[in-house]
Amino acid sequence: MLDYVWIIPALPALSFVLILLFGKRLPKGGSEVGIALVGAAFVLSVIVGVQWIDRVESADSAEHAGAESAELEEQPVSTEETEGELIESETAAGSSGAFADVEPECSQAATAVDVDEAAQASHGTATAPSAEGGEGGHEAAPETQPVVRCVTWFETSGGDVTAGTMVDGLSVMMIFVVSFISLLVHIYSTDYVSGDRRYTHFFAFLSLFTASMLLLVLSSNTLQMMVGWELVGLCSFVLIGHWWEDKPNSDAALKAFITNRVGDIGLLVGVSIMFFAAGGTFSILDINIAAETGVMSHGWALAASVALMFAVMSKSGQFFLHTWLPDAMAGPTPVSALIHAATMVVAGVFLIARLYSVFWEGFQIFGSDINFMAFIGGFTTIIGALLAFAQKDIKKVLAYSTISQLGYMVMALGVGAWTAAVFHLFTHAFFKACLFLGAGSMSNAAHHSFDMVDDYGGLKKYMPITFWTYLISTLALAGLPPLAGFWSKDEILAGTGSLTEANGNYHLMLIFGGLTALLTAAYMFRTIWYSFYGQYRGHGTPQESGPRITAPLVILATFAVLAGFVNAPWWEFFKDWVEPVGAYFPGEIVHAEFNIGLAALSTALGLTGIALAFLYFWRGLGPHGLTAENRFARGGYLFLERKYYLDWLYEDVIVAAVKGPIARATYWINQRVIDRVVDEAGRTSVRAGKLVYEYVDQKVVDTVVNGSGVAAEESGEELRRIQTGRVQQYAALLFAAAAILGAIFVFVIG
Amino acid sequence: METTFDLPANIAFGVIAVAIIVAAIRVVTTRNIVHAALWLVVVLGGVGAIYILLQAEFVAVVQYLVYIGAIVVLFLFGIMLTRAPLGEMLDLTNRTMRVGAIITAVILVTIMVFSVVDSFRDEEVDFIAYSGDVAAAQTFADLSAEEQETVLDEVAAIGAEGTDLGPVGRTETVSDSIFRDYLIPFEVISALLLAALIGAIVIARRD
Amino acid sequence: MLLNQFLILSAVLFCIGVYGVLARRNAVLVLMSIEMLLNAVNINLVAFSTRWGVSGQVFALFIIAVAAAEVGVGLAIVLLIYRNRTSIDLDELDEMKG
Repeated sequence: MLDYVWIIPALPALSFVLILLFGKRLPKGGSEVGIALVGAAFVLSVIVGVQWIDRVESADSAEHAGAESAELEEQPVSTEETEGELIESETAAGSSGAFADVEPECSQAATAVDVDEAAQASHGTATAPSAEGGEGGHEAAPETQPVVRCVTWFETSGGDVTAGTMVDGLSVMMIFVVSFISLLVHIYSTDYVSGDRRYTHFFAFLSLFTASMLLLVLSSNTLQMMVGWELVGLCSFVLIGHWWEDKPNSDAALKAFITNRVGDIGLLVGVSIMFFAAGGTFSILDINIAAETGVMSHGWALAASVALMFAVMSKSGQFFLHTWLPDAMAGPTPVSALIHAATMVVAGVFLIARLYSVFWEGFQIFGSDINFMAFIGGFTTIIGALLAFAQKDIKKVLAYSTISQLGYMVMALGVGAWTAAVFHLFTHAFFKACLFLGAGSMSNAAHHSFDMVDDYGGLKKYMPITFWTYLISTLALAGLPPLAGFWSKDEILAGTGSLTEANGNYHLMLIFGGLTALLTAAYMFRTIWYSFYGQYRGHGTPQESGPRITAPLVILATFAVLAGFVNAPWWEFFKDWVEPVGAYFPGEIVHAEFNIGLAALSTALGLTGIALAFLYFWRGLGPHGLTAENRFARGGYLFLERKYYLDWLYEDVIVAAVKGPIARATYWINQRVIDRVVDEAGRTSVRAGKLVYEYVDQKVVDTVVNGSGVAAEESGEELRRIQTGRVQQYAALLFAAAAILGAIFVFVIG
Repeated sequence: METTFDLPANIAFGVIAVAIIVAAIRVVTTRNIVHAALWLVVVLGGVGAIYILLQAEFVAVVQYLVYIGAIVVLFLFGIMLTRAPLGEMLDLTNRTMRVGAIITAVILVTIMVFSVVDSFRDEEVDFIAYSGDVAAAQTFADLSAEEQETVLDEVAAIGAEGTDLGPVGRTETVSDSIFRDYLIPFEVISALLLAALIGAIVIARRD
Repeated sequence: MLLNQFLILSAVLFCIGVYGVLARRNAVLVLMSIEMLLNAVNINLVAFSTRWGVSGQVFALFIIAVAAAEVGVGLAIVLLIYRNRTSIDLDELDEMKG
């Protein structure tokens, strides 16, 4: 199966075509085709996953067996061959080098590396073939080779360009997550968008979205990756603008598309730089190897990294290109879940992870204490978390939360904690998808409103399943043990190397990460309070959603509980299975040790956040708030003292929380001037969130935009006189100017 | 190479050129829009004939197929769909723009004719580059007339195929060039055509 | 044959096209004039290709393809304008006036 992974993206693509052609005539409007084919892709992904794990494990044991038998006598090859066909390639690889499973036409450098791999044993993780014996005794990391298959895409006189698939731990993990989340989203959508006038269209593009993301993660070269990247952007445009009849929706779709275009330029530039700097190749393996071996100079790697960072910033919603992401909430909720959990936004993180050697060299991550990527990530994570406080729309809270969590991942990659970042991507996919789908479930009950402040409340008793799954995912996101988020978040914090041994001393990143852990817990509990507690403030009587909505929720919540264990410090399956080993991955990367103190600290921060939110929101509601209050030191007492302000504060939140454009934000600032200054921790964080939103987002960013607009307007005012609107007069000007220029060239210069 | 005055070719050129220019003037002056389209056929056909004179048969064939076969038909459809009156129309030309347009055109033509005459003077068309080997052709072109003759004589003496500098294999060289040197632009053109197709449908459909 | 014959023919055809583009009021006629401009350019390219290699012919072919696309989209736009305003007179189209 590892040789035929191209089938996996092909299935949803086929589904797209089938739904588009026949969807309307099918009894279920095409959704059955989508579910069936995406389901098939999921099953195949699982099979690939199992085979990959098998491969890693057998490579592992082969390594040990090889090492042992090499000491006895030299025949590991023959013993392994009897073990079956499945590991045949491992045997071959074990005896002939690191990239024996890469087709030569897919990668020049990889096959070249094969030859001198033995000489490069100094590379740390790149071990010499075990059959040579020698250092059989020492603890060597097992070699697990990527499986690269390709066909010639097109031939030019400058060399052939291939298209193909690259299977390694990262892509296996990604196809699993993508197809899994996508399948659940498909199922969920059959209920959620039922009766929509573009039901069939919706499913068609959902399938195409899945297909493009699968294509992106399986690409063996950067050119193909770019195709997938653009397709993902296109699908997000179509799906965000699904209800384009409403102006805000089509605006949001355009905003997403255009913001992504900005970043795409970065990708184009980055890919071009890498093509030339790596000696004329698009192959991901070759590029990484070139960066590792120094063929690509540091300067070029840096240039490529910076260019690619722009692509990442737009796609993965990093500051300052993050503004499209909250607007993208205009799309149907299942799309938001898909965009935020598994496809669109993680594409950026995936890009970094995929071309990590380039970034590693470019930003010189090892042994440093700050770099561009880590800073962008760290800054985004805290900006996003603060912004989440000021939102009224539950989906926007989740959107900012996604920005914040993506910042976490980028930051982790920036500090060298590759595995932690990818692991966080993995766990985050489950609980964030669950949260989004939960929000969708609530809006289904509350007449399609996402305004949790005005239209939700008290949903706990009406929607128990939604409540529990949402709560579990919230706890996972807040990073409480033993839920999924805890393990991955903790690894990232450890990976900063501030308290533990890692790739550098990123103290600032640890602070960012820790603060975010606290804020995340607080703002998520704010949504819980508004949604599930208090009195129901919407219309009608809400009801629990149907099984097609709750089933995905339950499944995702289960994963949100369990997914973290695959890389718990005492197992580390995830690291073994996913992390690439070999010359296309930074050899000197260091894995941070699990640090119990740090774990306790991050848990404490999470609990503090929850406690603050709890005291802040639940405080006035019942006696249980009173008893919990006294246990918490400073913040709790302050809340107690100011208890009468709480209602006022709450009003303030409702009145002042973001109503969108600047006009209302300005109103809020006026309000604030005449209001008293209150100093509780909770309120400070609420205000800080708003400040960031209003000043940084609305003022700084908008001022720049408006300023350029004004400048253009003024010069336009001057120039409008020659704007007659007659196209032929323009043409006449053009030709007359050409004639004059021509005359100058011919008669004067020439 | 002898710089003969190739009389038949020159007569052909003269006839075609006059036809093109007359037809082109009719296209931009006629008062009947359908006649304009028909005169355009003459212009395009004449240009195709010029390509044949220049021994570019493949371009000529494409010119006939695409321009006269498709584009003119498209124009006629455009005329019909915009329900232009089929008879004469007095106001097809913008009176105010007319003088300026004539002046611009005359200035442009003066400059262009002056510059090409100045640059190429009495240079002959000799199809030297059609062998496909541009560098060799350039070297050959740079030789003096006597040297060129010697080379041609040598080639003729060898009688080897493939070293023919004459009109053989022109379409072959064009195709080699497209699918080897210009493959990516060619692919881009195909994408452009697709985009134009979709764009035209989206723009023109009723909804 | 002189190279100049072709170049001068091309220049004349080009300028007739320029006149058409500037002076004609009917949008379809303007498009036709644009075709003449493109043809004039093609004559140049093919004439030069006799001297500097077949690249000129290749570009002429590309221009023909682009011209086909241009006419398709251009006529679609003209059609749309006609449908919205029941006129394709360029003098009346001055919504872009500053």
